[in-house]
Amino acid sequence: MITTTGLTKRYGRVLAVDGVDLDVGEGDRYGLLGPNGSGKTTLIRLLLGLVYATSGEITLLGKPMPRQLKAVLPEVGTLVEGPAAYGHLSGRANLGLVDASGPGGRRRTRRARIDEALERVGLGGVDRRPVKAYSLGMRQRLGLAAALLRAPRLLVLDEPTNGLDPRGINEFRELLTELNRAGTTLLVSSHLLSEVDQLCTRVGVMDRGRLVVQDDLDALRTPTGRIEVHTPDVDRAIALLDGRVDVREADRLLVRHADAAELNAELVAAGIRVGEIRAQRHTLEEVVLAATTGSADRVDRS
Amino acid sequence: MIVVELRKLVRRPRTWVSIALLCGLPTLVAVFLATTRIGPGPGEQPAFLAAVLSNGALFPAAALAIVLPLFLPVSVAVIAGDAVAGEASSGMLRYLLVRPVGRTRLLVAKLIALATYTLGAVLLVAGTAYVVGVLLFPAVPGEAISTSISGVPLTTGEFVARIAGAVGYVAVSMLGVGAIALFLSTLTDSPLSAALGALAALVASQVLVALGAAGSVSPYLPTRYWLAWIDLFRDPIPWRDVERGLAIQAVYVVVFLAAAWANFATKDVKT
Repeated sequence: MITTTGLTKRYGRVLAVDGVDLDVGEGDRYGLLGPNGSGKTTLIRLLLGLVYATSGEITLLGKPMPRQLKAVLPEVGTLVEGPAAYGHLSGRANLGLVDASGPGGRRRTRRARIDEALERVGLGGVDRRPVKAYSLGMRQRLGLAAALLRAPRLLVLDEPTNGLDPRGINEFRELLTELNRAGTTLLVSSHLLSEVDQLCTRVGVMDRGRLVVQDDLDALRTPTGRIEVHTPDVDRAIALLDGRVDVREADRLLVRHADAAELNAELVAAGIRVGEIRAQRHTLEEVVLAATTGSADRVDRS
Repeated sequence: MIVVELRKLVRRPRTWVSIALLCGLPTLVAVFLATTRIGPGPGEQPAFLAAVLSNGALFPAAALAIVLPLFLPVSVAVIAGDAVAGEASSGMLRYLLVRPVGRTRLLVAKLIALATYTLGAVLLVAGTAYVVGVLLFPAVPGEAISTSISGVPLTTGEFVARIAGAVGYVAVSMLGVGAIALFLSTLTDSPLSAALGALAALVASQVLVALGAAGSVSPYLPTRYWLAWIDLFRDPIPWRDVERGLAIQAVYVVVFLAAAWANFATKDVKT
């Protein structure tokens, strides 16, 4: 769906994107993570032909970009760095204008498509108010509606939940999951780990312009080699597991052990009651923090 | 895309405010003139104003002379300066480009919308001025409603043709400024800077045209032949300045459009 090889963008002396080999498969829910200023937005702009690469290749939907931009982009829905609209026009009028601007938006079906897209993002009952009177969340919804207007095969969304309240974020997640189930590939960039954690199946992490991690989310959440055990018989458990307990917090123990089932059998055999037991896994946050060096918006003394 | 640009232009409140102002200024002048009857002396600027007192049908020509030096170029520079920079600053540029709208196509559509605006504004100025002139001043009835500056009487048909020529010439004169503003609009993300930049070029040109010492460059300045349309009301018409004026505007439009295209087609859109 999206592949880049050695994609590099240099602004003067700054390498905004540095040798990125992105690989997003058909049907993926791909989450692009990274601190502020790590190059996520520049990478997305490169993919969409807004910014021209210094070197490297981009293939979108099987075609080279930006050379085949005209054939590729009608099948891509985008939300890049926040929504935008003509403030003096209504939401509907805005969608109509953008749809009429380019190819692939049939005029006869336009009104029906606009209604459907607005309905999907929860703006079905929107009136003729101009967009300048919209709240941030409404603008975000309108932006997503614009991206959905032509039933795209690929959705590229940069910080899609910006400005939404928790309920709105939840709605968006369900909508995106539903679209993905119907066959739409998602590329979502965010600096919010929880968002990517809950939505995505595949993760890429950017740091200082480089793609430092790219893997399935499940593969990243590797076991830490410790088992988390909750038991009312804490003291007896510690006595039995002598020296293998790393952490003790009230009735919760972290035990160095490779296999939860085996540990469970051992505890039960000794007559120790087990309330809860599972293998501890690395969280996405740990993976990201280990892979990245720091936020570009932080300025330290050197 | 061209239709979309025209729709955007028509639905924008600013378009109509600027046209209302353009039509309002000559109307204001006419009201003062009609109540006081103090006309400028013959040969003083703006042209034609003295003649209007005795013949209201000449007021469209006077109205063009009133808006030409400042009002019209300002509004054209504002609209043209907004063309790309306005889309960039509102963030719509990126959504248009990924829609996808070809960059060249977008620029051409903007230029056509600009030309339409200019011609429409000049036509409306002339139209309202005719109505105002006929209402407020005595209109000479009959065939020879007007005389040329040279004193030869003109038939109604000839007069209308010359007004139409003047409207066309003034509209074309504005395209040079428009092209400069459009080029600047692709350089910056601020519509205001682009419009002011174009106006700065314009003021510089007008200063140099008025300066005798700069006579060697003045034939190449965009405002040098702006008043050549007045020649259209002489008999016989001296075409030399009109032709040169059209040629100069064509050169400015081609050069600055080419620059705008070269810059915009290769530009990284970061807004």
